[in-house]
Amino acid sequence: MIYFDKVTKQYKDGTPALEGVTLNIAPKEFVSIVGHSGAGKTTLIKMLLAEERPSEGSVFFEEVDIHDLPANALHHYRRKIGTVFQDFRLIPNRTAYENIAFAMEAVGKSDEDIASDVPYILDLVDLGDKANHFPHQLSGGEQQRVAIGRAIINQPDLIVADEPTGNLDPVNTYDVIEILKKVNELGTTVLITTHNKGVVDAMGKRVITMDKGRVVRDDAHGHYIL
Amino acid sequence: MSTTLFKRIFVNGARSFARSGSVTFATVLIMTVTLAIIGLLIFLSAILTNTLASIKDKVDVNVYFVTSASETDIVSLQRRLSEVPQVERVTYTSREEALQSFRERHAGDELTLQALEELGDNPLGASLAIKAKDPSEYGGIVEFLATTPTTGTDGAPLIDRVNYFQNKVVIDRLTGAIDATERAGAGIVLLFALASIVIAFATVRLAIYTSRDEIGIMRLMGASNMYIRGPFIVAGILAGVLAAVIVLILFYPLAWYVGSTMEAWLGGFSLFNYYVSHFALFFGILAGGGFLLGGIASWFAVRRYLKV
Repeated sequence: MIYFDKVTKQYKDGTPALEGVTLNIAPKEFVSIVGHSGAGKTTLIKMLLAEERPSEGSVFFEEVDIHDLPANALHHYRRKIGTVFQDFRLIPNRTAYENIAFAMEAVGKSDEDIASDVPYILDLVDLGDKANHFPHQLSGGEQQRVAIGRAIINQPDLIVADEPTGNLDPVNTYDVIEILKKVNELGTTVLITTHNKGVVDAMGKRVITMDKGRVVRDDAHGHYIL
Repeated sequence: MSTTLFKRIFVNGARSFARSGSVTFATVLIMTVTLAIIGLLIFLSAILTNTLASIKDKVDVNVYFVTSASETDIVSLQRRLSEVPQVERVTYTSREEALQSFRERHAGDELTLQALEELGDNPLGASLAIKAKDPSEYGGIVEFLATTPTTGTDGAPLIDRVNYFQNKVVIDRLTGAIDATERAGAGIVLLFALASIVIAFATVRLAIYTSRDEIGIMRLMGASNMYIRGPFIVAGILAGVLAAVIVLILFYPLAWYVGSTMEAWLGGFSLFNYYVSHFALFFGILAGGGFLLGGIASWFAVRRYLKV
């Protein structure tokens, strides 16, 4: 489903962020990418979201080289991916409901679909009673649950989560991972980066370990080993 | 564009306009100042035009006739002069009227009136006051007078003198001054309008700068550029139109107050009447200006952050 072909990324100041990374991720997999800060995890995610272009190599999503996509087709590609970030990235002046609804509005879903799907998803992430709260009125865990709701509402093929539990306490971390596992069990490919050893070890799923821009381990039922 | 999309863009724009309190306030404030400056420039140019027009109106050339000139000859010359394209109007003052106004002018001056009495006969000739459409055209009109035969039916010359040659220097200078004032006025209007538009642009850019993360999020969620940009443009237009409405309302008491205190000084020109009678012009320029300023400034400002 996702194929990184000898991807190298060098930033303008010459520091290499990725060096010859080759990876293959199959549909319905749950993949954790681990590594120290600066190992290249976030750069890898940015390549996949077409936020950054590789210096060399290609990134394929279902046979399409995403960096060959014209600028006006990029948003169609991004609609296939739900994204979750460490800093939540909710739209500050919109309520929890509106943040999730925005994802549906942006892809052109009808008002009827929005009115029926958003409350369902809010219940799923256990925020049914906070639909009209603005992000600053929600705790970190609640904000992240809104972000996950927003990421899954359009039933994307892939969920990409960059350090989704980085700013959360253990209880919220557990909740967020449980939601992601549930989404994965329903057939969505999930790719997360994390520092959290507990999360990775408890999952027992595929773990890719990165160091200094290279893939150093790739275990089908891995552990957090650094 | 489908109606749903249009409606969503409008609703989102209106919502972020209403919710971004201090940013909206700052944008509307700066837009208000910008549009107020543009509005004041309209007033200024109206005052300038009016003042120049009243100065121009004071300039004329008088043709004085000999006392023996017959009224028929003078009226026929008046008719011919009126047909000259550069001439706005020609006013005839008869000998009797000239005497009458002379008496009025010297009403307190016993000595002069006494001297007039002693003359017995009316010493004053009739005259034609010629008003040109533009002060620079007096030369041509005087030229016409010089080349036209101006002898009466009896063959005697009609014209005593033309005061253009005494006034020539003053008229030329005034013409130059009026031209320079008009040019400088237009230059200042343009400069101020430009400066205030640049400031409004910078403000809108700052307002959208605060939303740059939001734009990035929307892009990652797969929103199309038009769907991201649309609400910002709507919010910009709302700010511009609201600012225009504020200015139009503020101008009402302002024009009344300033107009009533300055009416005498401006030679009877009433700012308030001007504002009321030209309200459509003000509305068009300010509301249209606010609409375009807000819309175009937002369009450009968002463009910077759409290149993710």
